[in-house]
Amino acid sequence: MDEITSVFVTESREQIAALESALLQLENSPRDDDTLNAIFRSAHTIKGGAGVIECGYIVAFTHVVENLLDRLREHAINADADLIALLLGCADHIGNLLGVLESGAAGPDANLAADGDALLARLQRDWLSDEGSRAGLPSVAPVQLEASGGGAVESDCWHISVRFGADVLRNGMDPLSFLRYLGSIGHIVHLETLADAMPEAAEMDPETCYLGFEISFASGADKAAIERVFDFVRDECTLNILPPHSRLSDYIALINTLPEDSMRLGEILVRIGALTQGELEDGLRQQTAVPADEVESATAPAAAPQPIGEILVERKVVQSELVDAAIARQKQVTEKKAAEARLIRIQADKLDRLIDLVGELVIAGASVNLLAGRTGVGELIEATSLTGRLVESIRDAALQLRMVQIGETFNRFHRVVRDTSREMGKEIELSVSGGDTELDKSMVEKIGDPLMHLVRNAMDHGLELPAVREASGKPARGRLELNAFHDSGSIVIEVADDGAGLNRERILAKAVERGLVQPGQSLSDAEVYNLIFEPGFSTAEKVTNISGRGVGMDVVRRNIQGLRGSVDVSSEPGKGSRFAIRLPLTLAIIDGFLVGVGNAAYVIPLDSVVECIELGVDGSVRDYVNLRGEVLPLVRLRQLFGMAGEPPGRQNVVVVQYAGNKSGIVVDQLMGEFQTVIKPLGNLFRNIRGIGGSTILGSGEVALILDVQALVQRCASREAQRAEGADAGRALLAAAAT
Amino acid sequence: MPTRRKKPRRLAIGEDLTIYHAAAQKQQFIDALASAPEQLDIDLSGVVEIDTAGFQLLMLVKREARRLGKEARIVAHGEAVRELIEFYNVAAEFGDPLLIPAQGA
Repeated sequence: MDEITSVFVTESREQIAALESALLQLENSPRDDDTLNAIFRSAHTIKGGAGVIECGYIVAFTHVVENLLDRLREHAINADADLIALLLGCADHIGNLLGVLESGAAGPDANLAADGDALLARLQRDWLSDEGSRAGLPSVAPVQLEASGGGAVESDCWHISVRFGADVLRNGMDPLSFLRYLGSIGHIVHLETLADAMPEAAEMDPETCYLGFEISFASGADKAAIERVFDFVRDECTLNILPPHSRLSDYIALINTLPEDSMRLGEILVRIGALTQGELEDGLRQQTAVPADEVESATAPAAAPQPIGEILVERKVVQSELVDAAIARQKQVTEKKAAEARLIRIQADKLDRLIDLVGELVIAGASVNLLAGRTGVGELIEATSLTGRLVESIRDAALQLRMVQIGETFNRFHRVVRDTSREMGKEIELSVSGGDTELDKSMVEKIGDPLMHLVRNAMDHGLELPAVREASGKPARGRLELNAFHDSGSIVIEVADDGAGLNRERILAKAVERGLVQPGQSLSDAEVYNLIFEPGFSTAEKVTNISGRGVGMDVVRRNIQGLRGSVDVSSEPGKGSRFAIRLPLTLAIIDGFLVGVGNAAYVIPLDSVVECIELGVDGSVRDYVNLRGEVLPLVRLRQLFGMAGEPPGRQNVVVVQYAGNKSGIVVDQLMGEFQTVIKPLGNLFRNIRGIGGSTILGSGEVALILDVQALVQRCASREAQRAEGADAGRALLAAAAT
Repeated sequence: MPTRRKKPRRLAIGEDLTIYHAAAQKQQFIDALASAPEQLDIDLSGVVEIDTAGFQLLMLVKREARRLGKEARIVAHGEAVRELIEFYNVAAEFGDPLLIPAQGA
């Protein structure tokens, strides 16, 4: 695929997304002009682009859609649910066609083509047909135009009408040469020279050009190419180009625009074969009938002479409706220029390379800092600290480049929710919040699928049918929430529903059946709920095509873990369930907190650090301390990693927090803040719990990055086990007592 | 062949019909037309080059002649003139016999 095509595909996909969201908006406000215009623009841009890359089948399809949108925009028809559903189907189809283009196939296969035809037939039958037979309407001619297949020569011609400005001859430009050049890009079928503008002999200035031409021109060139012929005299001539199969009203409008007498022009048009006599009479009759007549034929102008401004406006109207690639192309160029000012498209790997380099810079900077500190030269230290600060800013800026808002990902779900809820006969309202929360671009891409699965799952299994909901005293309309927010160095994405909630008993029964847990094993609610993430686990009574094949949740969890994230579920019977995905903000560089145990250095992600305290005497014997009235479980790194040597007299506790749980990490030394470039551990160490990666210190030594999530969870589960052990013990005692 | 009561005036253009001579040639044409009794025969056989300005003059003289109730005919022309008249598709309007060169037919 060449570059222009790939740019077209990318941009068109964006346009389709915009189109889709605008269509969904339209559902709520069917007569909103802004929305209607936005929809039209999107479709128009896609069509224009397709014309530029000469992708006939996309132009053909989009064109009919555009016609319909145009009628919508003029309020000639109203958008109802059916039409919106149909248009959404059309947007999907355009997406599929883009896929075909991307795959490099010559055209859509039979199935896809049949789908497209079916959609077009519905559009035509239900929304365009009553107008189809009349000449002044957009629907008829364009379809034929596309039938020509990418602008291949056909018997019907472009009509070019040009009036040269008075000074062209004097400026050394001879109309003859333009017309001859025109002949080189196509075939001049018929040319009429008009000298009507030439005054009486006495006033005639032989150096002034008075000529105009009506040309019938057969060519496979597009409009832009034809216009380019006249580029040099563009400012000095009046140029009108009508594509093949233009509407009669366009010709009439042209006749009215031109300075010559309209009857004479009409005859000329007939003579050069642009119009038939019948069409001309028809057109002129229509024209005189206009004032009394319809609203929609905006292009047919009043018969009376018009002020020039009106003519110009009118001409614009006519142009905007023309079926041509050229205008769209020009528009695209200007639009693209405007967009380029705001956005630069760059390849992701260039960005990755930049971030890699910044990572190396951070490491090198740390080393410089360390060495400068050793020299004890004040000025040097000052200079390096300044560099350090700049490096930090560069790092932040570089990482910021990769950050995108999650809102776009969320918005995709409006459509999914809408379609799925219809399919299932449920009423579901999607509410999105926190769309402006930013996270790494690579993560946004990867989070889409798991999120989709959770959403579908919630709609399919979570939310009940309206009747069931009403029976249990809830509003018939189910509510699905998507939410995102930042929380201590992570981003949390929540999918929540107010449905039936998870069925603890059924999950447990299933788990026992699958041998995931032993019968009689006592599990906390959270543990039971999290069983749904085990491979091959599905409690859906029936398999639907939405979800429930039992291949989902474990894949969801694996995908999320692949991003160094985690997923949790909480649920309340009858009230609904909430899935929380927790992801690290970035994958590459973090602010770390450097601590020392024995000779080794460890890095704790600074975002998860709450505070540092000194380990008191009581903490040295127990595995928890009293932190202002709270029980803080301790993790002793020395024990955890089995390190030799005696702890120093004074140990410190770094209080960390993850997903609402706090724990204390007991270390020997606090060494302060440290910018950390995360280097992944090799495959060999992949299964080590508690270590998230490694980094290189300024001194060249390696420090391990602690996986706070794993450590905190380890603490939490140990606590839970202990508590349950106590419970079980009490239960035994109780049983023994009875 | 219409019956001629008076001998037509003949105007031969020796130089190129281009914008460089257009002003002078216009006068030449107008004067010749004014002095022509009924018919002006224009001999363009000496014209090797013609441009749109020159062509306009031909249009002008044809129209002016019609206005004055006279007739202006191009009686001889070179290849360049023929080609231009054909390109601008005014041969029928001018109504002059055009010689199609043998090799081009």
